[in-house]
Amino acid sequence: MTLSQQILQYLITGVTVGTIYALIGMGFNIIYNSTEIINFAQGEFVMLGGLLTVSSMQILHLPLPFAALVSIIGVALIGTLLNIAAIRPVKDPNPITLIIITIGASIFIRGVSSLIWGKEPYPIPAFSGEDPIQFFGAVIQPQSLWVMGVALCTIFGLRQFFGRTITGKAMMASAFQPKAARLVGIDTRFMVLISFALSGLVGAVAGIVIAPMSMTQYDIGVMMGLKGFCAAIIGGLGNFWGVLLGGLALGILESLGTGLISSGYKDAIAFGILLLMLFFRPQGILGRTKGDRV
Amino acid sequence: LRIPAFIRSPYAGFVLFTAVLAVLPPLLTNDYYLNVLIFIGIHSIIAIGLDLLLGYTGQISLGHAAFFGLGAYFTGVLTAKTSLPPIAGLVLALVGVGILAYIIGIPTLKLHGHYLAMATLGFGIIVQIFFKELNFLTGGPSGLVGIKDMTIFGYEFDSDLKYYYLVCVSLLLVLILSINVVQSRVGRVLRAIHGSEVAASVLGVNVSRYKVAIFVLSALYAAFAGWLYSHYMTFVSPSSFGFMFSVKLVTMVVIGSLGSIWGAIFGAALLTSMPEFLHVFENYETTVFGFILVSVMIFMPRGLLRGLEDLAIVVYHKARELLAEKGEEA
Repeated sequence: MTLSQQILQYLITGVTVGTIYALIGMGFNIIYNSTEIINFAQGEFVMLGGLLTVSSMQILHLPLPFAALVSIIGVALIGTLLNIAAIRPVKDPNPITLIIITIGASIFIRGVSSLIWGKEPYPIPAFSGEDPIQFFGAVIQPQSLWVMGVALCTIFGLRQFFGRTITGKAMMASAFQPKAARLVGIDTRFMVLISFALSGLVGAVAGIVIAPMSMTQYDIGVMMGLKGFCAAIIGGLGNFWGVLLGGLALGILESLGTGLISSGYKDAIAFGILLLMLFFRPQGILGRTKGDRV
Repeated sequence: LRIPAFIRSPYAGFVLFTAVLAVLPPLLTNDYYLNVLIFIGIHSIIAIGLDLLLGYTGQISLGHAAFFGLGAYFTGVLTAKTSLPPIAGLVLALVGVGILAYIIGIPTLKLHGHYLAMATLGFGIIVQIFFKELNFLTGGPSGLVGIKDMTIFGYEFDSDLKYYYLVCVSLLLVLILSINVVQSRVGRVLRAIHGSEVAASVLGVNVSRYKVAIFVLSALYAAFAGWLYSHYMTFVSPSSFGFMFSVKLVTMVVIGSLGSIWGAIFGAALLTSMPEFLHVFENYETTVFGFILVSVMIFMPRGLLRGLEDLAIVVYHKARELLAEKGEEA
């Protein structure tokens, strides 16, 4: 392989991983947009998505598409439950309290998952075979195309949902001005509930499409969640196209860094970019500066 | 209910605490508990520092395990690779971590809320990766061996009991320093920053300077604890200084009671000894840990120590009411 072919290969890997980060970051955005909460348990949705699919296939003997559907609905319900059990009862919802609660919830979910599924990794079969596609001397796994396709469709779908449907607009409204939203008759509590369900759904989708490429395990959620959050911050928290851009930038830089520098520093590169971003442009690539009100 | 001024002062607690620490070892039925107590002491030092930052000043750090680790590795590498004594390691750990915390603190503490949490978390993860990857210095993922036993100016701390008293003295020093910080003008400034940064700066407080200063101080506590840890274990490995340990530290402070130094010690004691109690559950440990964290935050957001205080006050008033009613009936 020539150097340019190698770089092309790294780019392909980077774009694949990047769209996954974007998808996970999207989950953060959905909840952030309707509540201004950062849900540190987002990564656990990704893990649950993969593992519930595995179980649906093994125990219920469902074919992959139905197993995936069961898993997505299941994780959406878990997201709803998280909101009802851990977020709603909080009397004084300041950021530090909520950060600690969602971290606690993620530890709890991870603990329960390790009891149910044990600590070994599980595979999910690739959606459409494993014959690699040749592409200018580089190789594309068919699953990569699935990842990119599903991620793009999901992001586009969400964009339409928030921009075009009444429910979506109501959700945006309750995040923007909760009091005004309540005055025009929007049930803001219900909108928050939907945002947790939707965020669980998106997380599960990400977990399912990536599982054939990287296996799935009870503890993959931590890193997945953090990387997704990096993508959201890099793109601009709450910005839908920004998170895609952020995810792709993160995935590509990480993959190039791994290939050309050293694989041991892969996560250090991701978090290094995050720190630089936070120090010099905390509003993200596409975010607008927001004046602080006292 | 009148309490004499001396008992109400924080120094009364300090004197009592010193006495308890001094007489504790002979009361232990099992030598293993001494080992647990040493860890409680080490964790308390970090938790007190984190409480100054999180509880008093209102700035979260999800990367304090990194400072603890840096302290442990600085002294570990120095004493394992050269003939210098642990006390030189302490100097290196404090100076190195102090400078690093200062450099990181300036841009980081401009951030608020989630952004601050994420930046400190990212820093912690990067530091842990360096522990793993700088093989020639740190021994890589499998850890660093050959760290010297603790000696201070020729005196060897060669038994757990001696080490226990060393940790106690260290903890008491940190404690008295922190009580003084909290009671002084600086402490009031920190609480003002917690209340409202804008209001504090309107009153002429240089907010960012104080925030960075307290960040550096709490990092120094963690590095000091790292030094004690390193020479007690004489072995360190990257897995002890990860994200989960940072979360555990925050949990100690939060469960103990934010903004209470005794709460931090209480939280450190509870969380460090909890695995011993939870041995019965073994595999359920993380699950129970997560559950406790969430439920304390929901039902006792002021922490267990304050929660118990609140409860005691409620019970006291209820009891007085009842007594008063009884009195009227009679």
